Amino acid sequence: MGIEEKLPSGFLLTTVEGLAGYMRKGSLWPATFGLACCAIEMMATSGGRFDIARFGMEAFRASPRQADLMIVAGRVSQKMAPVLRQIYDQMAEPKWVLAMGVCASSGGMFNNYAIVQGVDHVVPVDIYLPGCPPRPEMLLYAILKLHEKIQEMPLGVDRDEAIRAAEQAALSATPTIEMKGLLR
Amino acid sequence: MTPPSTEGDSGREAIGTRRGLFGASGSGDTSGYGRLVSPIFMPDRTPRPYGGYFDDVVDHLGQALTTRGAPKLDDAVEKVVVFRDELTLYVRREHLRVVASALRDEPSLRFELCLGVSGVHYPDETDRELHAVYPLLSITHNRRIRMEVAVPDADPHIPSLYAIYPTCDWHERETYDFFGIVFDGHPALTRIQMPDDWEGHPQRKDYPLGGIPVEFKGARIAPPDQRRSYS
Repeated sequence: MGIEEKLPSGFLLTTVEGLAGYMRKGSLWPATFGLACCAIEMMATSGGRFDIARFGMEAFRASPRQADLMIVAGRVSQKMAPVLRQIYDQMAEPKWVLAMGVCASSGGMFNNYAIVQGVDHVVPVDIYLPGCPPRPEMLLYAILKLHEKIQEMPLGVDRDEAIRAAEQAALSATPTIEMKGLLR
Repeated sequence: MTPPSTEGDSGREAIGTRRGLFGASGSGDTSGYGRLVSPIFMPDRTPRPYGGYFDDVVDHLGQALTTRGAPKLDDAVEKVVVFRDELTLYVRREHLRVVASALRDEPSLRFELCLGVSGVHYPDETDRELHAVYPLLSITHNRRIRMEVAVPDADPHIPSLYAIYPTCDWHERETYDFFGIVFDGHPALTRIQMPDDWEGHPQRKDYPLGGIPVEFKGARIAPPDQRRSYS
């Protein structure tokens, strides 16, 4: 989002990437987007017992302008979907989305007309966390995995290349229905 | 196994017979209750005395309607039902407003609170498909009764009680949203729960659940309402 995006690919860019990733993952501020029971586990994660403050993430912001991680905790109804998208659009780059629980990831047990079948229909999701609801330890694990991803996040030309590669991989992936064999 | 007789049951009115636990037909009922046959009853009108304070309420309502120059109790209220120690007045919709204002204003009744409007859909009850249920509470006398209005699906209009009980505002919008009952005289009868451009009224019995098939590795699971047929 600044001069670092304009750097030429090479040693300098990878050094800046490492530094920027370290800073970004060390002060990731979540937006409060609790929608259902997952929000209770999210709040427990920010409490003293599980202590998300160990990772510099205790400042949950109600304002999307001050947040860079949206933890979608709960089922998103069809009426909530435009609101969710607007909150996402209002967040400043760089931003990440964590789909917490099966409802946010795939609709979960609510396979009906009222619930969006996975929040990835509305916003790009960086990490999916299964569970109904996931325990705070699981949320912390997902956040640590996201930290790893943020640490390795490419910038500038490397990022464009990574996005192209990810899109190609997604286009050439085998659909789940065509896979054979055991369910694992 | 023969279904129990539904004729000659005084005090209740059969509105249908349910077979199995979920009413599934044409596909296996995995609940183990596939041979269960249970008739469904609605409580019919109750003869006097109703018991408790219910006689008092109905008497005073009749007097209040007379003093107001309103139609008589038998015209305004089609039946009075006492079921499980609860009083329900089935009010004809054209007299709903006068009955509600009598229940609210009469000193001996004083039902100050209307605790909402619930919709019910009975698809098999011809010309009485949609019901609106109003629970009332009198703080003065610590009494609770219930008003119920039945309208046909073809003409789902009920006068709004917003002018008498302002708390009905959002409840009537919700009942309109989910059941399609139109409350005439409501200041802004729009959808409240579903998105503004939603089609249909989701809480009606004939509204499909609308799930999507779920794909697993080499298998596809139908949405819940299509896995087996529910009659």
